[in-house]
Amino acid sequence: MNTIDMILLTAMTLAALWAVMGRSLLKATIGLAVTSAILSVIIFRLGSPLAAVFELSVCTGLITVVFVSTISLTKPLTHKDIVELSKKRTRRFIYLPIILIIVTFLLIRAGIPKNLAMSMGETVKNVPEVLWNMRQLDMFGQVILIIAGALGVVVLFTEGKNGAK
Amino acid sequence: MTPSILILIPLFVIMAVNLSMRHTGKKLAFYLALALFAAQMILAIFHHRFFLASETAGVDRFFRVDLSIDNLGVVALVCMGIVSISSLFVSRYMPLDESERFKFTNLLVIMSIGMCGVVMARDIFSLYVFLEIAAITSFILIAFKKDIYGLEGAFKYLMLSAIATVFMLLSIAAILLVSKDTSFASISEALKVSGKHPIIIAAISVFLCGLFIKGGIFPFHGWLPDAYASSPAPVSILLAGIVTKVAGVYTIMRVMILFGSNASINNVLLLVGTLSILIGAFAALGQDNFKRMLAYSSISQIGYIVVGIGAGTPLGMAAAIFHFFNHAIFKSLLFVNSAALEKETGTTSMSKMGGLAERMPITGTTSVIGILSAAGIPPLAGFWSKLLIIVALWQAGRYAYSAIAIFAGVVTLGYLLTMQRKVFFGKLSAGLDKVKEAGFGIVMPSVVLASIVVLTGLLFPFILQSFVIPVKEMLAH
Amino acid sequence: MALSSPIELLYVFGSFTILLLAAGFYCLVVTRSFLRAVIAIELLIKAVTLFFIAVGYITGKPALTQALVITIIVVEVVVVVVAGGIAISVFRKNDSLDITLLNKLKG
Repeated sequence: MNTIDMILLTAMTLAALWAVMGRSLLKATIGLAVTSAILSVIIFRLGSPLAAVFELSVCTGLITVVFVSTISLTKPLTHKDIVELSKKRTRRFIYLPIILIIVTFLLIRAGIPKNLAMSMGETVKNVPEVLWNMRQLDMFGQVILIIAGALGVVVLFTEGKNGAK
Repeated sequence: MTPSILILIPLFVIMAVNLSMRHTGKKLAFYLALALFAAQMILAIFHHRFFLASETAGVDRFFRVDLSIDNLGVVALVCMGIVSISSLFVSRYMPLDESERFKFTNLLVIMSIGMCGVVMARDIFSLYVFLEIAAITSFILIAFKKDIYGLEGAFKYLMLSAIATVFMLLSIAAILLVSKDTSFASISEALKVSGKHPIIIAAISVFLCGLFIKGGIFPFHGWLPDAYASSPAPVSILLAGIVTKVAGVYTIMRVMILFGSNASINNVLLLVGTLSILIGAFAALGQDNFKRMLAYSSISQIGYIVVGIGAGTPLGMAAAIFHFFNHAIFKSLLFVNSAALEKETGTTSMSKMGGLAERMPITGTTSVIGILSAAGIPPLAGFWSKLLIIVALWQAGRYAYSAIAIFAGVVTLGYLLTMQRKVFFGKLSAGLDKVKEAGFGIVMPSVVLASIVVLTGLLFPFILQSFVIPVKEMLAH
Repeated sequence: MALSSPIELLYVFGSFTILLLAAGFYCLVVTRSFLRAVIAIELLIKAVTLFFIAVGYITGKPALTQALVITIIVVEVVVVVVAGGIAISVFRKNDSLDITLLNKLKG
């Protein structure tokens, strides 16, 4: 834990701000992708390479693709609307950096909490072994979730017999 | 056999029906689902005989999962079976074509798998995963008809459910700081050591806030009336009868047994529960939409269950479970009747209905039975469970809260009788001349549920002996 | 600036998590567009992921937390896909994704 990690964490926060306050939805999506990429580097440095790969490929890749396709399926606004909307949005979102600075001050003043007796170390070190031996119920849950998601896509994305009613 | 077959067998049936036997599957879907729910109920009631703890052959060789059924779980599983079967029957009745009905049955079975997982899980993270399964199928089912009201209800529920997810995950991460892993056994051991540290107390409160959102408890009940009123009729029955309750109060019961009850959490539960009771009851007084009124009434009744848990005594918890069962039955009954009314009169607005008692005699009678049970009138079931909750509060020394509970029962009676008067008694409103009694498919669940209400009420001494007292004994340890 | 004691690491990572959560919640409350609300939810879940991995690193349990994070990522993807489906259906009905127009349910 040294300066590089602090720089990465700050960069991630700034990218998150970009995702939240970005003017158009595409800029916000790119901000989200950059946040995911920096997060996956931080995860790798914290000793979790498998989760870093997952985060990179799924969140930076798959979710960005899903977002962009959803955005393209919903008609974008004309340029005049975008400029007008972004002026109103700036007025609403201008408070966000101020709130973040206030939160930072509060956290610095609160200081480090008192000692917590933490439970260290674990029994199984190998991630695939953990996944398949200890957390089988979660694997079943994931399969069921994916089936439910597929059914959801079938139900929600199809146009239906009535077309645009 | 292990309890995991309650999850595995429906999963394999779904995969088989969807991947290989599509054509026959569509025709058989209703009967397959019916068989699955009935089998689930039978296995749950006789779980001592079926699931032997020492058996290591068979399924156990391949799957090592941490599921178990105890007395608390049996109640929830039986309620799930009854409500799912009612919803299945009502869905046959709604005007959907066959492929849509097939998708609905699929989603219903998946939701049931999710809730079985919540009921039987012994690990807090797996509990969360199965809660998400139930939530995602709920979003899809609420938006099933893709009308703008359903989509709005689904959207509000989605936003709040995502916030609940974030709360629950944050608290699981904080608990992982002190516990060896996420199973219930490790967590309760760890909490004995560091249960008083501010970070852990914050984690527990945040987890409870997440559960309040999922369960529609004050102050996070905003999504509930919209979701219940705007979803299609069979989905409202499911949501009101079982999903909100399992995701909310059942999980709160499990978590309170896990974290151990202490005075400050009990105070919070009592406060939040009482406010839910009052706000739900008073908001229901002024409603015109039938389903919205029933939704506010659900908030109120769930408040009773939370207050029972907050009493902090084993009797309070047992009373809460009994009220859980009663509410599942009478609220599903009222929603089945609302489906019948909606189908026959084409509206859910109470001011447009009136004088339907002679046209729809069975619906009217079962509706009266449901109302009397909800308001807590003897000798029906609702009276006994509310009485037990009030007695538990009195024994725990919370006199003010029990007085409020009694008062709210009067308000409950008020709005429910108003509904009955407006809809069923009085003169026949204009435009309702052609209304006839709803067909067999809706009337049958209605009659069955009403008879369960009456039987539970009359057989209360037997239920007290064989059910309430054993649960109380189990919790007293 | 080498911090090494577990409680200090927890403090640093916890603070950044709180900052990200604040940004996400603020965006969720203030925004008027459906898809930006979904982006805010994504951001909140990323904050939670960071906290999980940090807890794993601090307490020496990286394998367990990785397994949990992988499951969380799968859940997140399914939620985003279903939310996208609802967004597309809303757009087909309302011709806009402004969530202030979703206020027809009253009472």
